Amino acid sequence: MSDPDLAVRAEGLRKRYGDKLALAGLDLTVPAGTVHGLLGPNGAGKTTAVRILGTLLRFDAGRAEVAGFDVARQADQVRLRIGLVGQHAAVDEILSGRQNLAMFGRLYHLPSAVADRRADELLARFGLADTGGKPVGQYSGGMRRRLDLAAGLILAPPVLFLDEPTTGLDPRSRNEVWTAVRALVSAGTTVLLTTQYLEEADQLADQISVIDDGRIVAEGTPDGLKSLLGRDRIDVVLHRADDLPAAAALLGRVTGGPAELDQDNRRVSAPVRDRMAALTEVVRGLDDRGITAEDIALRRPTLDEVFLHLTGTGAGTGTGTDPGAGTDPGVGAGVPTPDPNEREVAL
Amino acid sequence: MTVAIPSPPRTALHRLRWAVVDGWTITRRDLIHWARQPVQVVVGLLFPIMVVLMFGYLFGGGMSVPGGGNYREFLMPGMFAMTVLFGIEGTYTAIATDVSRGVTDRFRSMPMAGSAVVVGRSTADMLNAVLGLVVMVACGLLVGWRWHGTVGAALAGFGLLLLLRFALLWLGIYLGLLLRNPEAVVAMQILVWPVLFLSNALVSPETMPGWLGMVAEGNPLSATVSATRELFGNPGWEGDSWLRQHALAMALGWPVLLIGIFLPLSVRRYRRLDR
Ligand SMILES: Nc1ncnc2c1ncn2[C@@H]1O[C@H](COP(=O)(O)OP(=O)(O)OP(=O)(O)O)[C@@H](O)[C@H]1O
Ligand SMILES: [Mg+2]
Repeated sequence: MSDPDLAVRAEGLRKRYGDKLALAGLDLTVPAGTVHGLLGPNGAGKTTAVRILGTLLRFDAGRAEVAGFDVARQADQVRLRIGLVGQHAAVDEILSGRQNLAMFGRLYHLPSAVADRRADELLARFGLADTGGKPVGQYSGGMRRRLDLAAGLILAPPVLFLDEPTTGLDPRSRNEVWTAVRALVSAGTTVLLTTQYLEEADQLADQISVIDDGRIVAEGTPDGLKSLLGRDRIDVVLHRADDLPAAAALLGRVTGGPAELDQDNRRVSAPVRDRMAALTEVVRGLDDRGITAEDIALRRPTLDEVFLHLTGTGAGTGTGTDPGAGTDPGVGAGVPTPDPNEREVAL
Repeated sequence: MTVAIPSPPRTALHRLRWAVVDGWTITRRDLIHWARQPVQVVVGLLFPIMVVLMFGYLFGGGMSVPGGGNYREFLMPGMFAMTVLFGIEGTYTAIATDVSRGVTDRFRSMPMAGSAVVVGRSTADMLNAVLGLVVMVACGLLVGWRWHGTVGAALAGFGLLLLLRFALLWLGIYLGLLLRNPEAVVAMQILVWPVLFLSNALVSPETMPGWLGMVAEGNPLSATVSATRELFGNPGWEGDSWLRQHALAMALGWPVLLIGIFLPLSVRRYRRLDR
């Protein structure tokens, strides 16, 4: 059944931890040479899926092939063809970056000289050439993440698994990781990446599978999903609650749809079609009416809203936005640009 | 640069070669750790010396050796066993750190020998134990300790100490895989002391209140200490109790029992990481 054009092929994967069903029959196919995004909130089963495909975890039912080899029965063959970059940087803190890569290279059974050369090459590629001699304990989170990524690329694996590669990174580091991933893909690597950020999947993935509660709830191209998930919204926060009805009327007229009112937060919002035109009109309209706004923002649907839409339930506790990461782009699914000035227009 | 994908081992010999080479790569990693953290290594080696000086000179005056004899001659085999016992902290920390940081998972996702992590770890720890014993022997010679038997007997004594270290290694590996929390080493650092105090390493169990003395006699550490005292010809090992009479057998039996329990448990635990 192995199909050389499929880098990943999983059918009906089930995995149970005690009485928690982490994967409830997951199906996934990733054509070779593409980037596939696995998008889901905390606890959706992303890490579980990646760990199974990366030969780290046994599963209870179903079958999985990676690079044409059976994950359960041909683990060694699979391991020679994958790179796995886990959710948390898995590198030795005491060794230097260079020593880490050289060690992993040797463990991939590269001759020492080749392993050393490869280490230097990867350090240079990930902007770590200058700090390659320092112990990893002194690296910043972003540097560590890049080293971790480099370690996953030692064999230039045909299939690369990235589990939330940019969670906790600042926009610059995130961009660097994205650039690295794009470069790999153009060189022919297949990437399966998990993320909580719609934006990230949008930036990198050819195909996206939305996962919730251990099963795929939607699948498609980023554009396809976005239209499925609803349009961008404009949010206006007013200075005075008295202005709410007038503002709602204005938004309704500009966007051609009903505006939602949030009395407590003095907020009105409505879905928009033409982002910039709507923004300009709303700003002008508020000005004409003498309404003072505290904040005006255009935003993509948040991951919470995505899940509300797809599953009819909230994404549960924790949801898409990651409160732990100070660099979270405001909402789980910010507008696809790392430049904060373009993300929100605040007046 | 493109790197060729190595082929997985097919023959048993090839597999063995991988096991040896990969194990050595992991050992080397620990040797590099030492080189990068020389202060920690030196402190680790100096600490037992401090205990020797503390007990040998500070408290030693008040200690009586059963059957008479020099207290420091009595003390040193206990101190050797102490360094062996304290070694468990290093094993535990290394294993727990790797598991908690995900390094173990990275190893497991790589096409390397499954045994390498453990083989590499134990080689490094045994090298560390040998180094620790060499330093303690030097320290012992400086404070007046000597072995009085044959070289063969002395070597057998060190062999028993290393055997105990090897047994504790597996306990350390098991606990590291079980608890997965490097910070929990603090608990271990505290708990090794009662194990040391409740043994014959520092004082003879005869001087302890009844049941404490019995516990101290039965302590696996005591078996090794008694046996090495006997082999080194140091005072304080004679006694009427069955355990004392069979100190050598006990010093072999205890570690073998510990290995028999914790080696399979560790292997099982390691395999279970994929559950
Ligand atoms: N070792 C484990 N033991 C018990 N339950 C587990 C274990 N690992 C994961 N789970 C549970 O399985 C479910 C899926 O977890 P998983 O880690 O795959 O989610 P995730 O999508 O990666 O989440 P996150 O975004 O937080 O990383 C969760 O409910 C989690 O609590
Ligand atoms: Mg996860």
